[in-house]
Amino acid sequence: MPSTHDWIDSPLVVIEDMFAASQNSPNSGWEAKAVEFFKERLKEKDAHTWVPSLNDVPLHYLKPNSLVKFRCLIQDMFDPEFYMGVYETVDSSTKAKTLRCGKYKDVTECGVDFSSTNTVTAERQTFYCVPIPGENSWVKDSFAASSQARVIPSTSYVPSRQKRSYEEDEEMDDMDAQPQKQREPQSGPQSPSEHLGNNDSKRLETEAPSGSTVSSSHINLNFPLPGEKGPSCLVKVYENWDCFKLNDTLEVYGILSVSPALSALADEKEASSGVLDPTESMETAEEQRVHSPPASLVPRLHMLYAAPLQHNNPLLPVISSADDSAFLSSSLGEMASVRAELLSYFTHVLLGDALSAEYLILHLISTVYSRRDVLPLGKFTLNLSGCPTVSSYTERLYQIIQQLVPSSYYLGMSLQNMNHMQLVPKKDYVANRLVSGALQLAKNTSLFLDETKLEQGQLDTTGVRNVTALGNLISWQKVDYDFSYHQMEFPCNINVLIVSEARSLLPSDCQVHVHSQVVPSDMEEYLGSIHIHSQAFSQLNKLRIYLSVARLLDYSISEELTKAVEDDFVDMRKDDPQSISAEDLHRLLVVARLLSLSLGQTSLSRDMWLRAKDLEAQRTSRMEQHTCVNGNEP
Amino acid sequence: MSSPTSTPGRKRGRNANPSTPSSEGPTSPPSQRRRGQDSSTGDLMPMPTSPPTDVLSPSAPQDSSLFSSPRRSVQPNEVDMSSPLMYGTPSSRIEGTPRSGVRGTPARQRPDLGSVRKAPQVDLQSEPSAADGGAASEANAGQRLVIWGTDVNVGICKEKFQRFLQRFIDPTSNEDENSGLDLNEPLYMQKLEEISVVGDPVLNVNCLHVQSFDAELYRQLISYPQEVIPTFDMAVNELFFERFPDSILEFQIQVRPYNALKTRNMRSLNPEDIDQLITISGMVIRTSQLIPEMQEAFFQCQVCAYSTRVEVDRGRIAEPAVCRNCNTTHGLTLVHNRSVFSDKQMIKVQESPEDMPAGQTPHTTVVYAHNDLVDKVQPGDRVNITGVYRAVPMRVNPRQSNVKAVYKTHIDAIHFRKTDEKRLHGVNEEAEQKLFTEDRVQTLKELAGKPDVYERLSSALAPSIYEHEDIKKGILLQLFGGTRKDFSQTGRGHFRADVNILLCGDPGTSKSQLLQYVYNLVPRGQYTSGKGSSAVGLTAYVMKDPETRQVVLQTGALVLSDNGICCIDEFDKMSDNTRSVLHEVMEQQTLSIAKAGIICQLNARTAVLAAANPVESQWNPKKTTIENIQLPHTLLSRFDLIFLMLDPQDEAYDRRLAHHLVSLYYQSEEQMEEEFLDMAVLRDYIAYARTYISPRLSEEASQTLIEAYVDMRKIGSGRGMVSAYPRQLESLIRLAEAHAKVRFSEKVENIDVEEAKRLHREALKQSATDPRTGFVDISILTTGMSLTARKRKEEVAQALKKMIQAKGKTPAMKYQQLLDDLRGQSETAITKELFDEALRALADEDYLTVTGKTVRLLA
Repeated sequence: MPSTHDWIDSPLVVIEDMFAASQNSPNSGWEAKAVEFFKERLKEKDAHTWVPSLNDVPLHYLKPNSLVKFRCLIQDMFDPEFYMGVYETVDSSTKAKTLRCGKYKDVTECGVDFSSTNTVTAERQTFYCVPIPGENSWVKDSFAASSQARVIPSTSYVPSRQKRSYEEDEEMDDMDAQPQKQREPQSGPQSPSEHLGNNDSKRLETEAPSGSTVSSSHINLNFPLPGEKGPSCLVKVYENWDCFKLNDTLEVYGILSVSPALSALADEKEASSGVLDPTESMETAEEQRVHSPPASLVPRLHMLYAAPLQHNNPLLPVISSADDSAFLSSSLGEMASVRAELLSYFTHVLLGDALSAEYLILHLISTVYSRRDVLPLGKFTLNLSGCPTVSSYTERLYQIIQQLVPSSYYLGMSLQNMNHMQLVPKKDYVANRLVSGALQLAKNTSLFLDETKLEQGQLDTTGVRNVTALGNLISWQKVDYDFSYHQMEFPCNINVLIVSEARSLLPSDCQVHVHSQVVPSDMEEYLGSIHIHSQAFSQLNKLRIYLSVARLLDYSISEELTKAVEDDFVDMRKDDPQSISAEDLHRLLVVARLLSLSLGQTSLSRDMWLRAKDLEAQRTSRMEQHTCVNGNEP
Repeated sequence: MSSPTSTPGRKRGRNANPSTPSSEGPTSPPSQRRRGQDSSTGDLMPMPTSPPTDVLSPSAPQDSSLFSSPRRSVQPNEVDMSSPLMYGTPSSRIEGTPRSGVRGTPARQRPDLGSVRKAPQVDLQSEPSAADGGAASEANAGQRLVIWGTDVNVGICKEKFQRFLQRFIDPTSNEDENSGLDLNEPLYMQKLEEISVVGDPVLNVNCLHVQSFDAELYRQLISYPQEVIPTFDMAVNELFFERFPDSILEFQIQVRPYNALKTRNMRSLNPEDIDQLITISGMVIRTSQLIPEMQEAFFQCQVCAYSTRVEVDRGRIAEPAVCRNCNTTHGLTLVHNRSVFSDKQMIKVQESPEDMPAGQTPHTTVVYAHNDLVDKVQPGDRVNITGVYRAVPMRVNPRQSNVKAVYKTHIDAIHFRKTDEKRLHGVNEEAEQKLFTEDRVQTLKELAGKPDVYERLSSALAPSIYEHEDIKKGILLQLFGGTRKDFSQTGRGHFRADVNILLCGDPGTSKSQLLQYVYNLVPRGQYTSGKGSSAVGLTAYVMKDPETRQVVLQTGALVLSDNGICCIDEFDKMSDNTRSVLHEVMEQQTLSIAKAGIICQLNARTAVLAAANPVESQWNPKKTTIENIQLPHTLLSRFDLIFLMLDPQDEAYDRRLAHHLVSLYYQSEEQMEEEFLDMAVLRDYIAYARTYISPRLSEEASQTLIEAYVDMRKIGSGRGMVSAYPRQLESLIRLAEAHAKVRFSEKVENIDVEEAKRLHREALKQSATDPRTGFVDISILTTGMSLTARKRKEEVAQALKKMIQAKGKTPAMKYQQLLDDLRGQSETAITKELFDEALRALADEDYLTVTGKTVRLLA
């Protein structure tokens, strides 16, 4: 009798039972039933926390062919492959034929009868998935802490696996006569964490030979951001692969396959290349390496079920159905008070400038909620100009934001970075994969552009292309991926925050000049105190929840207010046609929307509209003031 | 019949009862009929085709029966004729008349069809028939014989195909391959004649023709290309050498079918397509080096020098263990230079960007090209590939018990057809671009039948951009374009059919958005910004290909948007140098290039949609268009429509604008969908109209056009100015044609002309109105100066002359003083520019010269 957790430990047994049962009754649709079974099981209370996650459990602690989950972003889509859905094996001794199911498996059983008439060819799709880029450490930790999976390294298995992988890695080294160029180390606050992170996972590895982690860096795992870590995974999708899109974030539940035979096959190929065999020459060595990397580095995951993630905030329940909206509405009441708290915190951080703090909140909860043909609606790119350049103020600011949002990325716009970094993903036709770039980000990632790092010098071709890409990203919320013969447009939803001394060279929806109210005599000390000031843990969590919830709320404008807004606009134009343009109205509507949401109001009220207008008026007057002072371009 | 004896030990997995192969029918899932992979590798039959080396020994005895005889050849090195799929030779024997042509011409192997042509025929009545000789018995036996695993009967199939070749006539053909052929004669017979003249032994056959001729034959061709195509080869060679017995070909003719409608899109390939004939379109992204592939291995016994040949079977050679002559074991060695190799090339093809769903990455497929198809395509080419889709299981390794349960798939190419090559020839390039389903055409036609289709479509265009109805209508007409006319016989070359539009106006009036929208809407659109583009970026540049080290021409935005729309933002910011290349493109629609030894003329039949900002950042209503945007009038006159996008300042407009914007922010997605036409429908509508509708002027409409033109000239002449030039008439015609296309009408009628006139007038009213007089004055666009301005200049010049004459005998005057004097005299203000112009006018009359600050009188 199977125990409660058997479906986690050995899901293939469940599937095979169903397959066997279906053989007697054709058209039973056992495949759908199998998927349904796992879905049902996962729906049970807390069931999904029992499933170990590839994100936080080292690979060699996981049992092969067990059910695991993986929180990831689809980085690349490979070509569909045909596999033996059903095949027949012949026992060499008894000559007995058995029908077997090839679904959810990479490797067949012994003695496949290739000439069997019962072979059924089926199709599946492979996605190359990476952990969500820029996911902040508090998110990772929190997810790991909530997991209730029993991960006991199986003693009988681990040593052999380790040995295997060690050998492979050695071989990989040999193959890698030309080690892939390591990405430019990133001079951000993130970079120090890179090594630390590797150690993190190693700490848990009690018996891992040190060689394996070192050599793994030789293979380019194609993470969008430099300095990322974590497993990447080849996810095999069996149905409805058309509904997944590149850069979707998913939680995949699937069967882990790390069979060493996979790597062995690859090695075999490597050794015998050059021999007359049509299947051999079909792929280049590079393509081989990318499409079938050793399973110890890039495990295969056979997808049973995938839930698209609305957000990756561990403090919120997974929003999937109507019952979760109850959670959202329950938190509405508190929002105003949390907002006030956040406002005072940001005011403090922004040197006492409440207006900038206000706009920063609006920015952090903005999201592209819809697109009208080419026009993305709801984006709110903020340009905080007038930031003090002293002593890494901007980096501190980033660290604070990092503590609050689930995923973020810091991009210092230094000449070096702009000229050498690859921001736009590019198709590598030799290896037949999409080489990722820093702009391949999951939705609602906060991209922090530090323009104070700008220096004098010349942008080369790459630099110009990168700046153009950033401009396109901000204006249209899209990135044109480079497919060498043509470009392909991928819509995105990235919150871009630009900090600069003067007006940014990039376009932005809204520019606020920071007026420091307090001029601390010692900036170092002041900044230090902010850091110490960092909120108590529960407090911090409240803020995190607040920011994520505000983004998920629905919003509407009543008929009555539509009318009022229209009247307002007409009146303003009547007095002075230059005072407000269509573009200003666009911005005003976005500000009003975000302001309402930030206070937990799901529809626009007259009050909010006036407040939004007031905010905008304050901002523009400050801009004019600033223009007069500096004599800068408007 | 022969199979049990001639292929002992052969394992036939697909059906246990070989005598009833047709019972499974052709519809059985291909995944269950892996003919290609099912046989075990042990037994290999010798080559059915005569290898080129054998031709040198004509005395080689050949089996005379077409269908395999029950007795097996004794001599092992003799060509086994048991295959029914022999090329030409045996059948010509049957007829008994020796034909030098057929026999002297070596058949070439078809590695594209694989080496699986060994499938024996099966007699449905399971009675061994001796189908020797005679055509009569062939017909008799043919009824019952089918190739194993298929329902193909060689005799019938051959006969059908010959009939097809002899009879097929396609009077409506418009393919460029068929140009120069008489469409009312059997098409393929003419092609055969061509082969006999040119000597290129390849016959391309359009599958659609086969389908329209004989659907059953077409089905067989699609389902069993491996068997049917060699049969076709055989048929065509028989026919050919019968017709042209004296012609000498290098090889026997090979049939290359193309345009199989099985699959159009790489994405829709699935296991059902395995081993079928398919056509996919895509872009070549990589080609490999040439791979010599062994077709036949030559073994020689080291003991007795006895030689034997072994055909390669799926990439492997079964080395004979025992010499059949002296029975020595393991004494045979491979002799490389006597083995037969064929050329092979791996080509990677990627889905064309148009076929891809949004948000996914393109798929790639491996294609193998064989023999003369090698190096036919280059990376970057858009091609249609016809071939056989294959799936090969991962190699079974003897040392390994389990295998990766994945098949490798590829396509063996039979025919390549470059799609962009045709664009250069310029004949009806859009004919096969997009195919519409019946339903879709029906929907589109329904839509076209509605009386307000024009308004509907224009409001569906960029719904997020508010108002500017006329501008949207103009752009809509641009999307449809006029009818392409060819006057090359009379020496004027092609008439421009594309409508060029310039939008100018205040910043922030969503010009860029409109451009972005258009760019996203049309399949072949390019978007550039004037600031960031250089002349070469727009036209073409020459670079050295890093791989081939050849000089290659890389085309720029204008060439890439051939047959599309090139959107140029910030047109005014463009350097003069760059702008000058547009002159040729915007009227002649070609691009002439002479650089790095490459001299050529490329087609650039693109419509230009440009946006420009006024020089003073805000539109100055007191100035003319030219003065506002500072563009050369030579360029401006090439735009059919110039629209001003100004921020109108009136309350009603503001209210509507506000309502529009607010609704943008609160309406849900579905509501928006309901309100406007889907972008996909619009796109299809335009594509359909562009492809299938080519309106011609009706008598009535041309009369109206003439009247309109005369009227336009008259309006001007009344005040002494010209308000229309032939270019304007051409614009009117284009616009009227485009409007007729919107209505799916083959005739340009009066309403089309009326709308064209209205739109043209609207655009003129906006852009060519003289701010000083308020009249429409086309000379602003054609000469850069309004007539009143010119008149004024003349007046000032005359006044100046009078003044100088009044002063009398002063040969030299101070410039500044003269200006002051004139200012004092004149009642209207005289600017320095005006004064300068007046001086220049007088200098042109040779009345005076200006040197520095002094003015000297001449004469």
